[in-house]
Amino acid sequence: MFHGPLQTSVREKRKVKVKPYTFLGIPYYILLSSLIIIPLLLIIFYAVTIQEQGLYYKFTLIYFRQFFNETEFVKVMADSIVLAVMTTLICLVIGYPLAYYITKRKPITQAILVLLITAPMWVNMLIRTVAWKQIFDMINPRLLGTDFAIIVGMVYVFLPFMVLPIYTVLSKIDPLLYEASADLGGSNLKTFRKVTLPLSISGVLSGITMVLLPAATTMVIPRYLGQNRVLIGTLIERKFYDSGNWGYGAAIAIILSLIIMVMVLFTKKLDRNKEVERDEKA
Amino acid sequence: MKKHNNLLSGIFILLVLLFVYAPIFSLVLFSFNANRSLTTWGGFSFEWYGELFRSREIMNAVVWTFIIAILATIISVIVGTFAAIGLSKNKKLFRNAVINLNNIPIVNPEIVTAIGLLLLFQSLKLQGGYGTMLLAHIAFCTPYVIITVYPKVKSLDPSLIEAAQDLGATPMRAIYYAVFPQIKVAIFAAAAIAFTMSFDDFVISYFTAGSTGTNISIYLYTLKRGIPPTINALSTIMILVVTIVVTLNFILTRKQYKEV
Repeated sequence: MFHGPLQTSVREKRKVKVKPYTFLGIPYYILLSSLIIIPLLLIIFYAVTIQEQGLYYKFTLIYFRQFFNETEFVKVMADSIVLAVMTTLICLVIGYPLAYYITKRKPITQAILVLLITAPMWVNMLIRTVAWKQIFDMINPRLLGTDFAIIVGMVYVFLPFMVLPIYTVLSKIDPLLYEASADLGGSNLKTFRKVTLPLSISGVLSGITMVLLPAATTMVIPRYLGQNRVLIGTLIERKFYDSGNWGYGAAIAIILSLIIMVMVLFTKKLDRNKEVERDEKA
Repeated sequence: MKKHNNLLSGIFILLVLLFVYAPIFSLVLFSFNANRSLTTWGGFSFEWYGELFRSREIMNAVVWTFIIAILATIISVIVGTFAAIGLSKNKKLFRNAVINLNNIPIVNPEIVTAIGLLLLFQSLKLQGGYGTMLLAHIAFCTPYVIITVYPKVKSLDPSLIEAAQDLGATPMRAIYYAVFPQIKVAIFAAAAIAFTMSFDDFVISYFTAGSTGTNISIYLYTLKRGIPPTINALSTIMILVVTIVVTLNFILTRKQYKEV
């Protein structure tokens, strides 16, 4: 008899109790919609409209057509992507073995090494780039402005973004798996191919994304190490600042985002294929 | 065989560290140069440090970088933490939608976020300055707070808050006493990420600060006549501070490695 009423009262109370928490998110939802979603919609809006007689907006694809007709701009875009891809590959070639070797050390050495690799990230990125400019000035100023200087700078600035995610997944692999592989007669190379690599691919992919994205859009590195060379980031900047052509700038930004999105999806796809292979073999 | 491998990997690690620290070493070295040159050594001097502190422009940029970073960190951590707690009580469909939207600025190139915010402020006829810059920093820091704190909140036992309330706690007290202590580490991590992101930011600040706002990065980028050695002095001080913080942090957390 006493049992029934108590339960219903608890249930009623709970209804009242749980609700307040859902309101906690309101400041964030306002922020999310006003400072994240609306700006994105604005970019799209500006990219596909043109103002006529300062009064009304008309749909247009003129900026996109203009971009693809200016071979110079398309070349800048292609150059930026090629440089970013090369940077990413070099970061991977240095970063993967580095992360792998670090995991083979004692825990305390691992902690120190990870700290040493990531600590420079706390120094302002412009300052680190300027430091490389000073080094190039010292060894051979003629190198400034070349692809080589730009790639060295980008590898320098973005390498930690490759090392960290790879190190994180590698350090989580159970060492017993290596022993098991060795016990089953796997050579070092085979263990690496069949155990280490498949288990670390997710870290590699997030590393690739984290390097590719900022490398493709940087304005800072080409300015200091490329002798003011124009890459895609600088091109967008100029459309906004020098020529005040926002619609065009927005359109270039959209093209850039789409290309990067396709590249990221493509790398993700590589991972899925690997998984399928693994499943089939298992 | 193992020894041999260890030696080779050691050399490799050393080479990478050399690559990582060579520019930093050169920065520090030339901050003590008596010459104005950044490439030839002219003797030891503290000249550039004195000049650094006398330069009102640089000091102004440094102070504003700190002010914006501190405010952006406090606001984004509060907004993000509450949102993470609230979000964990929402329906799954809504939750996933919000998390996906939250990730947009994280996966988008910075320059896209930057021009989006620029277009927003211009459409609202907001004059670019420290106000818009702060709003922009809050906008890109909060998503990082959410992705750091939310997984931790989600891993908590949901009956915890209910238990606290059944024992008579108000909703706010329940969060304060039952939830906060358990997500404290995640909140600190989020604050550290937000502060670093804001402190280091260039692209988004550059596009949203208008012609009046400045910070260290904008100051450097808009320098017309090359880089003066005062920048080396500034960098050296920043490197020193970072080194001290990182070392202290390491000493304080060293125990956990010893136990392993």
